[in-house]
Order: sequence, then structure tokens, then C-alpha cells
Amino acid sequence: MNGFASTKHTARAQRNNKIATIGFYTLGALVMLLIFWLLFTILSKGLPALRPDFLIKQPEEIDAGGGIGPVLFNSFYILFISLFISVPIGLGAGIYMAEYAPDNKFTGALRICVESLSSVPSIVFGMLGLAIFAEYFDIGLTILGGGVSLALLNLPMLARVTEEAVRAVPGEIREAGYALGMTKFHVIRTVVLPVAMSAIVTGICLVAGRAFGESAVIILTAGLSTSGEMWDFNLFSPGETLAVHLWYVQSEAIVEDARQIADKSAAVLVFVVLFINFVFRFPLWLSNRRKGH
Amino acid sequence: MGAPVQGLATRGKESVTQVSANPKRHGRHLFSNKLFKFYFLFSILALCFVLGLVILFIGKTAMLLFGQLSPADFFFSFNWTPEEDSFGAAAFIVNTLSLTALTLLIAVPISVGMAVLCAEIAPKWMKTFIRPVLDLLVGIPSIVYGYIGLTVLLPFLRRISGESLGDGLLAAALVLALMVLPTICRISDDAIVSVPRKYRDAAYALGSTRLQVIMRVVLPAASRGIISAVILGMTRAVGETMAVVMVIGNTPQLAKTLFTPASVLTSNIVMQISNVEFDSTWNYALHMMAFLLLVISFVLILIIRVLGRKRRDAA
Repeated sequence: MNGFASTKHTARAQRNNKIATIGFYTLGALVMLLIFWLLFTILSKGLPALRPDFLIKQPEEIDAGGGIGPVLFNSFYILFISLFISVPIGLGAGIYMAEYAPDNKFTGALRICVESLSSVPSIVFGMLGLAIFAEYFDIGLTILGGGVSLALLNLPMLARVTEEAVRAVPGEIREAGYALGMTKFHVIRTVVLPVAMSAIVTGICLVAGRAFGESAVIILTAGLSTSGEMWDFNLFSPGETLAVHLWYVQSEAIVEDARQIADKSAAVLVFVVLFINFVFRFPLWLSNRRKGH
Repeated sequence: MGAPVQGLATRGKESVTQVSANPKRHGRHLFSNKLFKFYFLFSILALCFVLGLVILFIGKTAMLLFGQLSPADFFFSFNWTPEEDSFGAAAFIVNTLSLTALTLLIAVPISVGMAVLCAEIAPKWMKTFIRPVLDLLVGIPSIVYGYIGLTVLLPFLRRISGESLGDGLLAAALVLALMVLPTICRISDDAIVSVPRKYRDAAYALGSTRLQVIMRVVLPAASRGIISAVILGMTRAVGETMAVVMVIGNTPQLAKTLFTPASVLTSNIVMQISNVEFDSTWNYALHMMAFLLLVISFVLILIIRVLGRKRRDAA
């Protein structure tokens, strides 16, 4: 770079370059600090004060010292229902887009559908669930309504991660399968899916983490209350989840330790989401960087 | 890609029909092959069906509004007092737009800067550190962002601004900026990485500094991808509900200053929809606001598609 005669112009350019480099590194350092500070704030306010019985106790309306037992249970229960419904369909849709979809207008239309669906704001899925379950079927705010509405929210994202995972499988190994006389589905089941499985599991974990923390949908479809029992598997009970409970405690509760309960709930929420993401994703983080979120 | 593979598969099938040692098993494979092809097609059609359901249910109820209210009263009136039958949504619409603009104003320079750092400047070990850490932001639930905004950001804003409340556009925009940062950063990062190396080499050969290469060659070449990233961030900012609702103040009025308690489309819907009768003008008006959100998101997605197509044509 110094082979040229140094003029005023090049000297300035080099000085700007140095300043900019320092600027970029500073920006990066600040953003990283901000993220770690954020995580530290959330977790440090809640986790140290956390006792195991907080996780299984009933919430209290008036007295201090309530727990989050039923709402934590509902969170996992609704998450399970939503994944139970959305994973088979989302996977199927992703496999269709990656393996079967011919390159024509019809596929283009399908793709627009998937992209539009993934851009639909979560609150709109909440309103859809409200209209279907509370109005059309008239069953009120239930765990079932929350689970199904959440499943609809998960679908497009599941379809996208599956499609990307299946597309990333090299074509040669498919052809090897066909050369052995296997049918298309047999190849997908025994060759493509096993190779793509780790990426698909990563994707499902991402979706599960997002669904676990989702609140706008649940607030409208599963409500702000629980049935008051700990292990309530009844699909037609009201199903307040942990994320919604955080909102409820913060905005409407009158208990004196609302602030502590909210701090602890937020910490548990973030901890579970990070746990879901970490445990399954960590091995793939370094090797498998993908678009989007 | 579909067509040749299909051809291969059919050819394979025929040859097996002749040599297959176990016709029963082979028949089973042919059957499941057909069955699952239909299942996969059914799955993707189910997705389209869900989209249709969304548009139908929200749109149908939304359209009932204009039987009782003229569109002008809804779109151009700033007066939202449902108790007195005034359903003017203009304040929410304007607030949504200004909140999104303010969010992008904060988020875009930081996100693109981070993307440049990741893609062009940082050494490899730093990239493999920064990218996963940014992903951590995606994992935090929006309600927790709202809660942190409420308990940490608002007191901070009160202290530095001297306002008594601190709720409003600025608080909401700061929270949203943090939420859209990883989205914009990741996709811009990908766009910058995919700029061909030869562009950079040519610019360096002319004696450019790294800053000049970034500003005059790499960023312009990646501009379409970066714009797509920004628009994707916009769809998130427009549709975000719970984080916004906790810090914006929830007052149906136009946000004239950064600290005016206000309300946007999403926050107003979630605050009011549980309390209204299904067959009421109020509910229809809320559905019309949701329908507006849908329309905005679809338009943004269409813009991304057009940009993507142009980018492929240019490449």
C-alpha cells in the first residue's frame, strides 16, 4: 500500500481507513457488551432468588410468595400440542418444496404463500384463533385453542428450515439411491432425511424456542388464567403460559411481590429458551450458518 | 431440479419391476411412494389453506366495518373514542409508520455496521464468536424485551430526559431496534459475503483502502440484499406486539414527540380485543387494523421478491 508516492489525498484516505476500522471494532464491542449485559441483567435478577418450589407452586392472587407451577406446565403443554400438530405438516411442506416442487408458476405461487404466511404478525394469528375457537366453535379461551393457533404460527418457519435442510443434501447421494432402483420416497426416507436430520432438529428447536416465549397469540387464544390445578391435561381448560403470566403479573396483578415474580419468570423464560436452543444447536453452530433467524 | 430426478426415479422403478426378487415388498414401496407424494403436497396446500383462512377470517370481519362507517372516517380521523362511536385509526397508522421509521433509523446503521464487521473486517475467530452471540438475541422472547424495556430502559430514559413517564416512541423504537438487529445483520452479512471476490481485488489493485472498498464497491454491490434485509426487519417491527405494548404508553393519540404516550396498530389490538363484543363496530374496526397489518406485511414481502428477482437477473 505504501509503494505509491504519498499525497495528501492518499494520506487522508489511509487515516480515514484507520479511523473507520477502529470505529467498526468499537461498534462490535459495544453491541457484544450490550447483549451480554442484557442476558446478565435478565438472568441475574431472577435466577439467584429462584427456589425449586417457585417452579411448582400455585400462583397467588393476594398473598406474596406465589409460584408459577401451572403456568410453566401450560407452557410446555401448549408447546407440545403446537409442535405435535405443526411438525408433521411443516416437515411435509418443506420436503415438498425441496424435493417435489417443479419449477413452474404453481410452485411460485406456493412460495409466495409460504413467505406471506411467515410475514403474518403473530397478533393476527391470535385474532384468527380467537375468531375460530372463541367465536365459531364457541369453546372460549382454551389450551387447545392456544396450541392450534401457535401451531399455525410455527408452520411457515418449520417449512422453511426443512426446505433449506433438505436442499443442502448433495444430489449425488440421491442419485446413488435411484441407481439402486429405490423409489423417490424411499430415497427421501432412508437417504435424504437422515443426512438432513441434524439441521431439521436445529430448526425445530429454533421454532420451539420461539413458540415457548410467544405471548401475543396465547393471550388472545388461551387467556390470562389457569384452571388452578397443577397437572391439568384437559384440553378445554384455560391455559395461561409463563410468557403470558409475566405480562399478567406486570400489568394487572396486585400481589406485593409482583416485581420479584416477574423477574424470576423472565429469567426462567429466557433460561428455558436458551436451553432449548443451546443443547441441540451448539454442535451445529459453527458448521451450519444459515440465513434468517 | 425436480424433473431430471423424477425421470431417474421412474427409470429406476421400471428396471426394478423386472428384476425385483420380492414383488410384495416392491409393491409396498411403490404404494408408499405415491401415498407420501400426496401427503407432501397436502402439507404444502395446508399451509396455503392457513393463509387463506387468515385472510378470510380477518378480512371478512374487517369488511363489515365499512357497512357501518365510511372508510374516510376510519383512515383519516384521528379520533379513537370507541365509547362514543368514533373509530378513527389514523393516529395508530401514523404511529406505526413513525415507530417503524425511527426503529430503522436506529437499527440500520448499527446492523449494517455489524454486518460489515462480520463479513469484511473481523478475523475468523471473531466472526465465529459474533454470529452466534447475535443469535442469542433472537432467542429472547418479545415479552422479556418488553419487560426489560419497562424495568430498565424506562427508568433510564426518565433520568436522562427528565420526562415524568418515559413511555413513547423512543422507548419502543430502542427496544424494537435491538429485536430487529440480528435479522438485518444476518441477512446483510450474507449479502456482503456473496459479493464476488474479484470486485474487491480490482478495487484494491487500484490502490483503494479497505474503507474505500467497503463504501464504494462492496456496499453498493450488496445493496439489494441489504435492502431486503432492512425490509424483513420492517416486517418484524410492524408486527411486533408485546414488546411494544409494554413501553409505548397505550394512549390512543398521535405521537407528536418522542416521549408522548401513544399506541400503534398492534398494541391497540391486543389491549382492546379481549374486552369487545364480537358483533360490534369496535371489533370490526380492530379487525380492519389487523387487516391493514396483513396488507403492509404482504406488500413488504412482495417488494423483497421483486428485489430478489432483479438481483438474480443482474448476477
